[in-house]
Amino acid sequence: METYSMLREIADSWVLLAMFIAFLGVAVWSFWPSQSSARKDASMIPFRNETAPARAKDNKTGGLGDKTKALKVETKNV
Amino acid sequence: MTYVKILLLGIITLLALLAADWGRDPAYILHAWIIAAISFGMFIYQLRKADTPQLADPEHGSYADGVIRAGVIATAFWGIAGFLVGTFIAFQLAFPALNFDWAQPFANFGRLRPLHTSAVIFAFGGNALIATSFYVVQRTSGARLWGGNAAWFVFWGYQLFIVMAATGYLLGATQSKEYAEPEWYVDLWLTVVWLVYLAVFLGTIYKRRERHIYVANWFYLSFIITVAMLHVINNLSIPVSIWGSKSVQVFSGVQDAMTQWWYGHNAVGFFLTAGFLGMMYYFVPKQAERPVYSYKLSIIHFWALIFLYIWAGPHHLHYTALPDWASTLGMVFSIILWMPSWGGMINGLMTLQGAWDKLRTDPILRMFVLSLGFYGMSTFEGPMMSIRAVNSLSHYTDWTIGHVHSGALGWNGMITFACIYFLTPKLWGRAQMYSMSAINWHFWLATLGIVLYAASMWVTGIMEGLMWREVDDQGFLVNSFADTVSAKFPMYVVRGLGGVLFLSGALVMCWNMWMTIRGAQPARTPAPNAIAAE
Repeated sequence: METYSMLREIADSWVLLAMFIAFLGVAVWSFWPSQSSARKDASMIPFRNETAPARAKDNKTGGLGDKTKALKVETKNV
Repeated sequence: MTYVKILLLGIITLLALLAADWGRDPAYILHAWIIAAISFGMFIYQLRKADTPQLADPEHGSYADGVIRAGVIATAFWGIAGFLVGTFIAFQLAFPALNFDWAQPFANFGRLRPLHTSAVIFAFGGNALIATSFYVVQRTSGARLWGGNAAWFVFWGYQLFIVMAATGYLLGATQSKEYAEPEWYVDLWLTVVWLVYLAVFLGTIYKRRERHIYVANWFYLSFIITVAMLHVINNLSIPVSIWGSKSVQVFSGVQDAMTQWWYGHNAVGFFLTAGFLGMMYYFVPKQAERPVYSYKLSIIHFWALIFLYIWAGPHHLHYTALPDWASTLGMVFSIILWMPSWGGMINGLMTLQGAWDKLRTDPILRMFVLSLGFYGMSTFEGPMMSIRAVNSLSHYTDWTIGHVHSGALGWNGMITFACIYFLTPKLWGRAQMYSMSAINWHFWLATLGIVLYAASMWVTGIMEGLMWREVDDQGFLVNSFADTVSAKFPMYVVRGLGGVLFLSGALVMCWNMWMTIRGAQPARTPAPNAIAAE
């Protein structure tokens, strides 16, 4: 089989299916209940840090309380 | 490091001077002189400051806003240039005598038209995208731009690209690909600038202080990455000589056509849509002072748009040598694309839920809403025109031109004006724009201009489409091509007047910007952790 036909066959079968599943996955994930506080937090991002960069101390870690990342950022900043 | 810079700049100056001497065509020689002059100027500048001790960046604890200020001014400047050329060529179509004999061949319609399209899309729209993306990515990441002066390189590099593209068109250097006219060395330069842009943007996201990457940044990032890919692949060409501007495309025939419209439509999809949606997702919530209506919807909106847009290009090639399955594919994806487009529009409009009363008092918010309205209209009109049967009437007529302009003037233009009105007071430390009633004037001038433009193009487009296909009872065509041209004259004058109104609105904006900026102190935010720079 020539390369074109082979690639075309892969593209319009398995790759198409994979992309469709990936999209469905994203759609389901965006509505996942445990993510809802993260969504809410993310939607408030434009209303923070308007005039100056965030300092390490008041680092917003989202509604999830991810302490490890906060610590990491703090050490990086020193 | 300074000495490496000096050495490189010297070498570039030397090579550019060689190129200016050995160049084979006027555009190439002019560009070589421009590059020689710029690199020599920078050479002198670097040489003079070579032994001055380098001070640490004093603004380390604040946002890098200087480059955004420059970007806002450049956006307004290129906007005026692009609208002016557009209005002029609109009148050239109505009154062919405006293709002045004394200005041939430089100022005929064929050379001015790409100047207009590139000026409004890439110079006006591109500068707006770069400036707002730098603004948004810093605020939503809570971090200063990565890469220090790299952002300035992106800004000035992009202006150089615009100048070389524009002067090239006037002097006849074009590779004849719509919206990708610049020749090979200009393309290469843009690639370098664009990769640095990507690096600055990604670097800033990488050092963000927010856990989540805000949705506006996804749209901006997809715009930067996709444009890089489209630009490189559509511009694969081999120069005839390294000392000349002419190049030969690698693809040919229908492959070339398909690559071109894959590029062309995704330039619309990722440059004029995804990038501007990035603006929408930041500035509309800011101006309405409410978070976006549904963050979940914005995630679905993003991925649906990304998965679908890239396939829509073949609808530009109905009834051509392109295989039917490919043009059907393009058509089907274009129609499906209607849904995420309207999802995004609804998400933007519904952000005003509970704040609709602000529309009465806030002309900037009104501009945002109008731009979303035009986005919705043109993303309905587009899928409809991509249907093969509709396309058989609309293609090659002025309907296409009307569609493009309702999207470009209505959606891209209006949202950019609104962003400029949002940014100018913020960046120059003013409470608000100098004149609110001038914003109202701009709003109505621009809106009326777009209405005149779109309405006249619908009439003339459908009319000429119908005239072209009209046959008598013997099966002969009724109208000659010249008949359609003379029948269109009144609509062409109306279109030109619409352009005049739109241009006057933009001039009012520039006056307002000038008055706002004049005499005001630049916005200097107190740096809370300025000491931490040590």
